This record gives sequence, C-alpha cells and structure tokens, in this order.
Amino acid sequence: MNLNSPLLEIKDLKVSINDNEILKSLNLEINKGEIHAIMGTNGSGKSTLSKVLAGHPAYSVLDGDILFKGSSILDIDPEDRSHLGIFLAFQYPIEIPGVSNEDFLRLAYNSKQKFYNKPEVDPLEFLSIIDEKLKLVSMSPSFLSRNVNEGFSGGEKKRNEILQMILLDSELSILDETDSGLDIDALKIISTGINNFMDENKSIVLITHYQRLLDYITPTYVHVMQDGKIIKTGSAELAKELESKGYEWLTV
Amino acid sequence: MVNQSNKVTNTNITKLVNKTYQYGFSTSIEKDIIEKGLNKETVQLISQKKKEPEFLLDFRLKAYKKWKQMSEPEWAYLKFPQIDYQDIIYYSAPKAQKKLKDLSEVDPELLKTFEKLGISLNEQKRLSNVAIDAVFDSVSIATTFQEELSKSGVIFASISEAVHDYPELIEKYLGSVVPIGDNYFAALNSAVFTDGSFCYIPQDTICPLDLSTYFRINDEKSGQFERTLIVSEKNSQVNYLEGCTAPQYDTNQLHAAVVELVAMENANIKYSTVQNWYSGNEFGNGGVYNFVTKRGLCAGTNSKISWTQVETGSSITWKYPSCVLVGDNSQGEFYSVALTNNYQQADTGTKMTHIGTNTRSRIISKGISAGKSKNSYRGLVNVMSKAVGARNYSQCDSLLIGNSSNANTFPFISVQNSTTKIEHEASTSKIGEEQIFYFLQRGICLEKAVELMISGFCREIFTELPLEFAAEADKLLTLKLEGSVG
Repeated sequence: MNLNSPLLEIKDLKVSINDNEILKSLNLEINKGEIHAIMGTNGSGKSTLSKVLAGHPAYSVLDGDILFKGSSILDIDPEDRSHLGIFLAFQYPIEIPGVSNEDFLRLAYNSKQKFYNKPEVDPLEFLSIIDEKLKLVSMSPSFLSRNVNEGFSGGEKKRNEILQMILLDSELSILDETDSGLDIDALKIISTGINNFMDENKSIVLITHYQRLLDYITPTYVHVMQDGKIIKTGSAELAKELESKGYEWLTV
Repeated sequence: MVNQSNKVTNTNITKLVNKTYQYGFSTSIEKDIIEKGLNKETVQLISQKKKEPEFLLDFRLKAYKKWKQMSEPEWAYLKFPQIDYQDIIYYSAPKAQKKLKDLSEVDPELLKTFEKLGISLNEQKRLSNVAIDAVFDSVSIATTFQEELSKSGVIFASISEAVHDYPELIEKYLGSVVPIGDNYFAALNSAVFTDGSFCYIPQDTICPLDLSTYFRINDEKSGQFERTLIVSEKNSQVNYLEGCTAPQYDTNQLHAAVVELVAMENANIKYSTVQNWYSGNEFGNGGVYNFVTKRGLCAGTNSKISWTQVETGSSITWKYPSCVLVGDNSQGEFYSVALTNNYQQADTGTKMTHIGTNTRSRIISKGISAGKSKNSYRGLVNVMSKAVGARNYSQCDSLLIGNSSNANTFPFISVQNSTTKIEHEASTSKIGEEQIFYFLQRGICLEKAVELMISGFCREIFTELPLEFAAEADKLLTLKLEGSVG
C-alpha cells in the first residue's frame, strides 16, 4: 500500500449490466478523512457505482480501473474487498430467513478476524463486543435473536446496516440512500452513529437524493452524477443550492 | 437484470453443489454370491443358504408369488429407465466363516471399511452410547453390545440371527405392519430380503443404549434388500438410528428395504435416518435407486412413533415413512429434510392414518432442491370415521437453489370424522443472488453463507435428531451443496 495514494481512486470507469452501459467514464478520488456526498436523479448510476465498488457479480467493468489503497481491486472477490476495508450499506437490506442476526454478525466479524490472522471470538466474547456497538445505534439486544432483517421496519433495517458498518470498522463505507424512508428521530440516531464512527483514517461516501441528511453530516465534497458521470463537484453549499434549484439547473 | 443475476447465481451454485462423494470407494473381498436373476429357485436358495425355518420360506414364496402378479407403481413424480430385475444379484455375502464369536474374527478388510466410514465396531473404542449392527451387502457382519443389552432384556440382533434365536417373535411380527403384498417393492423385499436388524424392547424397559444399523452396499450388481423390525412392548422406549452409504458406480444399484415398527401401550419409538447412498454423478449417471417402505403401528393407547429422516443420497428416492394410529391417544410424527442436487429425484413424504380416538400427528417436511433435481413431498392424512378428536398439523417448506431445480408438494387429506382438526402450511423460497451478495459483502464466504441458510431452514428437523447425528447431517448438507451456490 502506498501511503501517499488516495484511499480510493476511480479512473475512467465504464460499467455495464445486461449490455447497458450505466457508468460512462467516471472519475473520483477519495482521501482519508473525507466525506463525499453523491447526489443525482434516479437512474444516474449512483447505486451502480456503489455495487461495482463492492464487487457485485452482475456488473461488468468495460474499461477503467478502481484502485483501493493504491492497488486495483477489479480482480478481487467481494468478500475480500470487504476484508480489505470496503463496506456497503445497502439501499434495500436483504432479509435472510432462518439466520439470526447474532450468528450473522458474529460470522462477519470472525471472517474478518480470520483474514487478518487474528483470533476468532466465541459467542460470549462476541456478545460483549456487539453489546457496546448496539448502544451506538440505540438498538436493543433483543434484536440479535431475530432473523437478519426479517420483519424489520425500514428504520430498523437501516440501523442494522449502520451497526454492521461500526462492527466491521471498515475504512471506506458507502452508504446507499441510508436516509431514505427514515423518520426524523431515526435519521438523527443514524447520523450520530455515522459522525461518531468517522475519523481521520476513514472515508465515507453518502449516496442520497436529499439535502436532509447533509444537515446532520457535513460532507467534504458534494458530487452531482448524471448519465453515468460526475458532472459537478462542489462543497457542502452545492447541496443546498441543488435543494432549492433542482437538478435541471445543472443540465441546462 | 433479473436474468443476468440468475445466470451468475447458477454458475456459483453449480460450483458449490458438486462436491465429490467421499464414501465412493469399494472394498474387495471374497464373496459368496447367488447368480443374478430372480425366480422361485433364487428365493428358495436364499432361504436355504440362511438355513431358515419353514414358515419363513413360505413367507418368501407367498411374497414372490404376489410380486409376480404386481407391477411397478407409476404414480410417483419420478422418471427412470425400466429396472431389469433379472440383472440383479439378490444374495452376496462376505465369504464366511462359521458363526463369529467376537469381533476379532471379523475380516479385517470389513472392519477397515467401516472404520473408513467413521463407524467403529470396536467396543473398546466406543465413544458414544450406541450399539451398532453393521450390514455389508446382504449380510450383517457384526452387532455390538449384544451382551450389555441382553442384561436389560433388550434383543438387538441381525434379522438372520433372530430368525433362529427368536422364531416365534419373528413369525408373529414379520409382515404384521407391512403385509407381503402391500406394494410392489415391499413384496419384492419380502421375497428376497437378506438381512437387517431386529430389536425387541421388553415391557417397562427404557433401552439403555441407542440402537443403530449401518448399511453398506458394496457390490456393483447387487441389490440390497434389508428388513428391519422393531417391537416395543408396553411402557418401553427406544431410540433407533440408521445410516447408509454405497460406493460410486456408473450403474444403478437397487435398494428396496422394509422397516416395520410396533409400539404397544405407552411405548415410544424414535427412528432416525441419515440416508447418504451414492446419488450418481453430475450428469445423472449411476446412483442408488432407493425404494423403501417404512411403517409404524401405534397399536397401544398413548403409544408414540416418531420418524426423522435426512435424505441426501440416492439418484431415486421413493419413501414414505408412515404411522398407523390405532391406539387411542397415540401419536405419529414425521420430520424430514430431503436434499436433491444434479439429476437426483426424490418423491418422499408420509402417511398418517388416524383410527383411534384423540390420535395426533405432526408432519414437518423441508425439501431443498438444487441443480436439475426434482424434489416432491407427497403426503396423506387419512382420518377414519371412528377417530374422534383426531388432530393433524402439517408443514411443508421448499427451498430452491438456482433456476433449474424443481419442487412440488402433493398433500392429500381425507377426513371422515367431523370432530377432526387439520392444519396445513406450505411455503416455497429461494436462495437468491442478492442474499448471497449480502453475505459476501459482509466478508462471509459462499460456503458459510449457504451453510448458515440451509441449517436455518432445517433447524426444526435437526433438533429432532440425536446430537451426533445432527452435527453430521448439518455437515452433510453443506457438503452436498458445495459448488452449487453463489
């Protein structure tokens, strides 16, 4: 790993799914300690970008490269990308019947421990680890015995994503519309969780439609995506401008 | 988008399912064989070789006559080429040897075979409280702990031994639950069965050890026709386990077993099976044809029979462990996990016949289909007119892996008594790519992800299995699916 290189570098990235080109020459550079907000209309390629970074097998990279800590990750399997420090908070967290949240979280934690040749923790040790993290997102321990996301409310699902982000302590976290469908209280809990999690060694990408989340989390940069490209980059002010003027203002 | 992701899932699923069969070795050993083919003489010769009493020869010959008049059942959702019953070896036994006094006289090759399968017949080395009857092709080669069991009056012997030592018990109960003409395969078995286990639990006795039979088909051309009979007298209790494997051949072996259980007043029989016959290769060649008739008779009041099965092997499975609830307040249970992969076909389920008053039955069936396999649940809940207050609860869940597998349920319910309560629940779900990607993104590898989802799906069944069996079953399912998901 090159210490001077950015945490994430996306170079001229072209991506397709089912022969439809979604990302068209996208460039982005993210350094440690930065929060990047990516905004844009539906279908502009925001979610595709998040999935491609996480290595979703349905997408094909046609051209360009993704460097994480200075090395290309295009040939790296999704589970190893996770171990290396890429976390994706899903827009629609998946329900997994029959698998308890506790088992799921412990397995995820231990998989990472194993990857770094660290000792795996037993269920008891894990409880004390997770207990502390639960408090950070105001979740009750009863949550652990429920099946992963099964029957969770929208807010609970999103909080579960943030809980996993905190547990795995990844360097790059991509939050895909984590704010959508949340009431104001849940939004506050999640924002506080994210702000407490963030430090100078980490980076966060916030994919969002609304300025609302950015009232609680101040981004270093705001990017506007359209038609598979970043068409404008600015400071936190840009988001406010977009909120009042809409996206059309940029495209005219 | 859906299409594309499904394609991806399929390839990964295929990878995970196609794990090689670790029991696929065969043992070369000197054998005593009756030439292939089936006619009256074959039946007589089997009886003669086993020096059977007259009643048993009659039993066999009657069954043979019935069988000749019957035809293979065609109602199951199974497709397979015509079986040539003349191309099968009906008797194949390791060359023996007089009656063995103890294990040191057993052919070391055979002992090695069972050691390789993870089954220690050496009583000194026993780890768990299980007595084992080991059946190799047509013959039981060793039964452990007989002495210890006999102290409490429990009889645990191979059926051939029992025929000589307890002929009146065999004559009384053999064919009492599954009559010789019950169905095509039961008739065939009744004519040519070679060995199996006999258990007798006397009145007021809780069997001190779990009893277990381990079946191994070794010969390429031989069929295995075993017969198991368990009789549990008033106020007695027994736990019985059954395991099976076979070597890997390109041809199909026929296995047609009959299991009969009899539970008297307050008796309790729990019968668990982990079936792992060779299931054929990824192109559907080879594998065991498994046509089994299993039935329990709850003869006494308050008696209970519980079937638990984990079916993972065989290229064809045709099997419906059933309960006939005659005694008032008697209970029948059926817990099943059936996993099919590649070109495997399973048509399995249960029959609960309610005859006595306040009889209860419970059916929990979990089917997992991967590859191009077909997995069907077929059940019959039959409540007769005198079964006042009968109750049944059925639950049938199917889990599909990939896009080419097939799951069906055929539940039949027939009720002739208006006080009956019947509940039936069913569900179908699928392990999808998005679920798997969710695991992967959290750093959990494919195998672990599938293992976790499968054991979650089967949890209700696994809790019914004895502890060491449950762990084995869990591992087995994951192993069978390796290469098939992702």
